[in-house]
Amino acid sequence: MMLGMTATYEQTVDLARRSVADVRYPAVKTYTLDPIWVLYDRVLRIDPAHPDDPGRDRFLLSKGHGPSAYYAVLAAKGFFPADWLDGIAAAGSRLGAHPDATLVPGAEISSGSLGHGLPLAVGTALGLRATGITDARVFVLVGDAELDEGSNHEAIQYAGAVGLSNLDVIVVDNASGTIGWPGGIASRFAVNGWSTAEAAAADHDALHRSYTAPHPGRPHVTVASAVTDPH
Amino acid sequence: MTATPTGTTADTDTITMREAFAARATALLDADPRLAVVLAEISTDLFEDAAAAHPQRVVNVGIREQLLVGAAGGLALAGLRPIAHTYAPFLVERAFEQVKLDFGHQGTSGVLVSVGASYDWAEGSSTHFSPRDVALFDTLPGWRVFVPGHAAEVPALLDRAVASDESAYLRLSLRHNAEPHGTRDGSLDVLREGSRATVVAVGPLLDNVLAATAGLDVTVAYTNTPRPLDTAGLRDLAARTGNTVAVVEPYLEGTSAAIVSGALADRPHRLLSVGVGREELRRYGTAADHERLHGLDAEGVGARLRAFLAAG
Repeated sequence: MMLGMTATYEQTVDLARRSVADVRYPAVKTYTLDPIWVLYDRVLRIDPAHPDDPGRDRFLLSKGHGPSAYYAVLAAKGFFPADWLDGIAAAGSRLGAHPDATLVPGAEISSGSLGHGLPLAVGTALGLRATGITDARVFVLVGDAELDEGSNHEAIQYAGAVGLSNLDVIVVDNASGTIGWPGGIASRFAVNGWSTAEAAAADHDALHRSYTAPHPGRPHVTVASAVTDPH
Repeated sequence: MTATPTGTTADTDTITMREAFAARATALLDADPRLAVVLAEISTDLFEDAAAAHPQRVVNVGIREQLLVGAAGGLALAGLRPIAHTYAPFLVERAFEQVKLDFGHQGTSGVLVSVGASYDWAEGSSTHFSPRDVALFDTLPGWRVFVPGHAAEVPALLDRAVASDESAYLRLSLRHNAEPHGTRDGSLDVLREGSRATVVAVGPLLDNVLAATAGLDVTVAYTNTPRPLDTAGLRDLAARTGNTVAVVEPYLEGTSAAIVSGALADRPHRLLSVGVGREELRRYGTAADHERLHGLDAEGVGARLRAFLAAG
């Protein structure tokens, strides 16, 4: 079944449940669904028929663990047939427990090892700017525990310092880090000059407001709190 | 090193490989709007003009090597041809997972250019030594490795690296031969012909090998393109020298042994690997001191080769 652009949010939730890929992350693995859904449904300018358009917006799923929600949204938006969601991570499947960009239509990066997506997003944002594509935006989703990786902080410092305004980070915070972030996640970005906003991860309108809030001259972070799984 | 430039006739005799790289990269940046250079403080002085001319394509991320390589990977995702450059151990070893995952695993490629080599800054000692770099690239699929032996070899190698759509590692050093050598296509450059062995000299160790083999009945072949190694050429040369081969390379000893052995797997052969030792010397001094300590000066290489030939 190819749902194309007609899938509803409820249908996409069903797709995500259908695609649950990793027994280590049972139902909670769909907690990234709302932040990703709102992006693809209301914000990103990406045409599934032309997924390599140089001027497209980008979404980089840095936190590649538990990609069910991501796959569900890509299927719901017509990047690949929904029946690919059956048999995820089987030997013949193009969809694994970590996405491979060379196998998944619409996936901008291969991920799974934490801390790679944000530096890659910085480079992508720099590259778009350098090639004169000024209206495309780069979104990257990281997890709160993923922020433990120091590579993220190299990227946060640099992107803030140079005012990389075509970069948007979404931190989905399900309080999965052991040490955590006393004083809040957003403060780590703010001190480096970022625009910040916080939203409940299931609040579509709040997410949309943050994703579309103007942030001239600096990058923006949305800290999406998913401490209680909405699904 | 025993050989120092004499009879200077070309500009490249008086500049370093790093300067030759920066000059060529600057020219390429002018010519190719898809090229970008990412720096991590190192060599920023050499890219001042380029950064002024192309501020969006010459980027200094500070002392952040994970970001250096990751951002280069992101530039490749955006369709640019990135060159990432810093000191070898920080480019290759500190950020090796980025090297592994942020290019080939993404379906993209990039160019990495290092300075420092195995012991260039001997006063700085082990933290700035990178004899393991080429061996690490051998663990990844598809990387070309260029090891110039002279600054005049750098522009053409950089051109090849940038023009390719494969990933490439260009390993620059302060050690160098008196004259440039090498072939346009990376095939082995036969400088001397003999019958008892084929001695392959990589990059800046050529002059030491030539001095070491004076009076020995051996073939000497040079390459500044150890990956992909010209194994077809090596098979031909080996067949004419009793399938007896020595590889003298300016990084970890034995780095090329598996490739050479594999290339000669269909025939009985002997292989001597000469290179930088694995042990940490905990010594300062000069690069020439370290070359001697590792047995890579002409005397040391000559002793290894004579013992190898005598044992045959």
